[in-house]
Amino acid sequence: MNGSRTIGRRPAGGVCEPGGDGGRGEGRAGGGPHGRSLDPFRLDPFRLAPVVALGILVVPVGAGLLGVILPSLGYLPALGGTRLGLQPWAMLFDMPGVWRSAAISLAAGILSALIAFAVTMLFLAGSLGTPVFEALRRLISPLLSVPHAATAFAIAFLIAPSGLIVRMISPWATGWTRPPDLLVVHDALGLALIAGLVVKEIPFLLLVSLAVMPQIDATRRRQVALSLGYRPVAGFLKAVLPALYPLIRLPVFAVIAYASSTVDMALILGPTSPPTLGVSIVRWLYDADLAMRFMASAGAAMQLGVTLTAILVWIGLERAAATVGRALASDGRRRAADRSLTIAARVAMLAVALTAGLGLLGLALWSVAGLWRFPDPWPGELTAGVWQGQARALAGALLQTLQVGLAATLGALLLVVAMLENEVRRGRTSGRGTSAILYLPLVIPPVAFLFGLVIAAEAVGISPGFWLVVGGHVVFVLPYVHLSLSEAYLRLDRRWGAVAASLGASPGRVLLGVRLPLVLTPVLTAAAVGFAVSVGQYLPTQLLGGGRVATVTTEAVALAAGADRRVVGVWALAQALLPAAGFLMALGLPRLVWRHRRAMRDAR
Amino acid sequence: MRGDGVGERRGLSLDEVRIGLGGRALLAISADVGRGEVLTVMGPSGSGKSTLLAFVAGFLPDAFRGEGRIRIDGRDVTGLPPHERRIGLMFQDALLFPHLSVGGNLLFGMPARAPDRRRIAEEALASAGLPGFADRDPATLSGGQQQRVALLRVLLSEPRALLLDEPFNRLDRDLKAELRRFVLDRVRAAGLPTLMVTHDEADAEAAGGPVIRL
Repeated sequence: MNGSRTIGRRPAGGVCEPGGDGGRGEGRAGGGPHGRSLDPFRLDPFRLAPVVALGILVVPVGAGLLGVILPSLGYLPALGGTRLGLQPWAMLFDMPGVWRSAAISLAAGILSALIAFAVTMLFLAGSLGTPVFEALRRLISPLLSVPHAATAFAIAFLIAPSGLIVRMISPWATGWTRPPDLLVVHDALGLALIAGLVVKEIPFLLLVSLAVMPQIDATRRRQVALSLGYRPVAGFLKAVLPALYPLIRLPVFAVIAYASSTVDMALILGPTSPPTLGVSIVRWLYDADLAMRFMASAGAAMQLGVTLTAILVWIGLERAAATVGRALASDGRRRAADRSLTIAARVAMLAVALTAGLGLLGLALWSVAGLWRFPDPWPGELTAGVWQGQARALAGALLQTLQVGLAATLGALLLVVAMLENEVRRGRTSGRGTSAILYLPLVIPPVAFLFGLVIAAEAVGISPGFWLVVGGHVVFVLPYVHLSLSEAYLRLDRRWGAVAASLGASPGRVLLGVRLPLVLTPVLTAAAVGFAVSVGQYLPTQLLGGGRVATVTTEAVALAAGADRRVVGVWALAQALLPAAGFLMALGLPRLVWRHRRAMRDAR
Repeated sequence: MRGDGVGERRGLSLDEVRIGLGGRALLAISADVGRGEVLTVMGPSGSGKSTLLAFVAGFLPDAFRGEGRIRIDGRDVTGLPPHERRIGLMFQDALLFPHLSVGGNLLFGMPARAPDRRRIAEEALASAGLPGFADRDPATLSGGQQQRVALLRVLLSEPRALLLDEPFNRLDRDLKAELRRFVLDRVRAAGLPTLMVTHDEADAEAAGGPVIRL
């Protein structure tokens, strides 16, 4: 097809053969050797963004771990520790129950993740694409916004001996006229804790899985399997899960890390003698005896080991499943106990939704309950008295929570948008390394590095307080904001930027005038997610604030040790409502702003 | 405006443009497009047509290598970022900004200092058979109407050259002929050097200018 011909007034060169472009290059903004003037002395904040963001994630974790490991070896000059030695470790191992604490943490981490993962996958497998799936998804999704502590309180109020469940079946079914003497919450094996973790983890795993489904073309994979005669569960396990799992592996690790190290949920639901390792560490940390600080550091290092062990056990399970799965995947069997697994998964999902829903209802009821005799299922009288009594304290804590949450969310959002904009402008996406680093603060247990971070911060002259809390929250908020915004931002048709630039819009104007308005809804959703994460933070607020930053979460968790249920109800409900308000705004604002723009309104 | 030895040429010049992908040559082309002239580049999908436009407009993805110079009225714009090249762009989708009104889309591209911007935009709409459309939501317009607005938007941004990337591809046959006439008439009237890529012979015929086949 080559040949010379005359075009215009000059001979035109021939043309070489196609290179499979197919137009995919069109309108890619940014790149190209001629795309921009190169000036090494002009600082481009967008190019710096990924470095700054990754630094914000890596430096605190690294410094925090250092601030834990050195004291665990006896080195902490501020407290007079200058000689290296294994004394703190010896002390730790002499603590009665420390191994049991570690074992409970390990078991809670692995078991809760295993149950949550199995239920979520089987629910996806058997119900995806059915009306039941949609209905349950709608019930489950909002639970993601409920903070861990509020979820834990909700469950505690539900399953306690004097909780809603017992009240509903007493005395007609049980014969109980007074609360039975059972240790349901705070049970020694940590079963209540595991149940709470499962309720909180299932919505997370479900939404994470749904978010990556388009990437693996899950719908068509399922259709192919079904058309080959596979039942839904067998088809999903053999044709979808192998592609899905690698994409949700890091979130699963995050779930294990959280479950094996949680402090707030363990304080509310977990065993007490001995408590989980995370709770023990915090106790030792606040002990008046300074020698205990060194031991707490050793405990934190041990926590790191427990969490890593839990993840390693999981990786072992992965390997085993992969070996078995590889053989099963192509054995040609079309069914996998489809009916019973599907029903079991649906029942489990419904149980999760009911547990959380009834639990939250219980919180609300207790917060307005006057006299509420056992076993009445309904309070004898309703009163706003508790809310009035707590109003002052509540207002102060809400304000503080808002300040921290908004500052941390805004900071994280600016960084994430700058990171993503940099990727769009340069026409390339970040690699696996970046996403591994994004998950770093979610996979390293906070209790293992946070007070080390306090020590490290004090070593460089930063004392605990509001701004250290905000900085700490950014570390945990940023990964979630990135995870929830990146897909929408990078998927945006690059031709928008091309058209705008060809109309003379500078890169800054393209960002502010075109790209950000087009992704307004995902940006607001990401902000709501970030805000919810910030509101839910207990340990970072407690440790990095040095006890001077009181949010609804720190106040609510502080009530875990046997406060009046009515007061707990008020605080836990306030904690649950704040993120929900954020999500409502994220949903409502775009509808208001775009009420005259059909295409924007209909977009997601 | 220096000519760099090429002379004071009016219009858009592609001077020994070569585009490669991963060490492989994709296309090579030299061409001059005079004012009001439409050069049609034809080829099957995958022949690099759109990549050529991306290179001229300044959006060549990092994976590609582009060589050669782009000149407009003798001025070398190859080193300029896209937004300083003043090369207009139309795709087969109108790509009206969905968050702006029809008028807002036109104003987006108009020079900020132009006096009476709003009135000019309204008159342009009226001249295109779309009177009173300024406050409309682009999503409520038909495909043909959207493409007309897209052309007005480009023209009002006062480009020095125009690139058309299969601009009539998405439309029904009747509408296509009508819109083609509308676009080509406007382009000639504005005296814009225009580079159009298409795989439709009828487009090339209607353009009436030289044709390069890839």
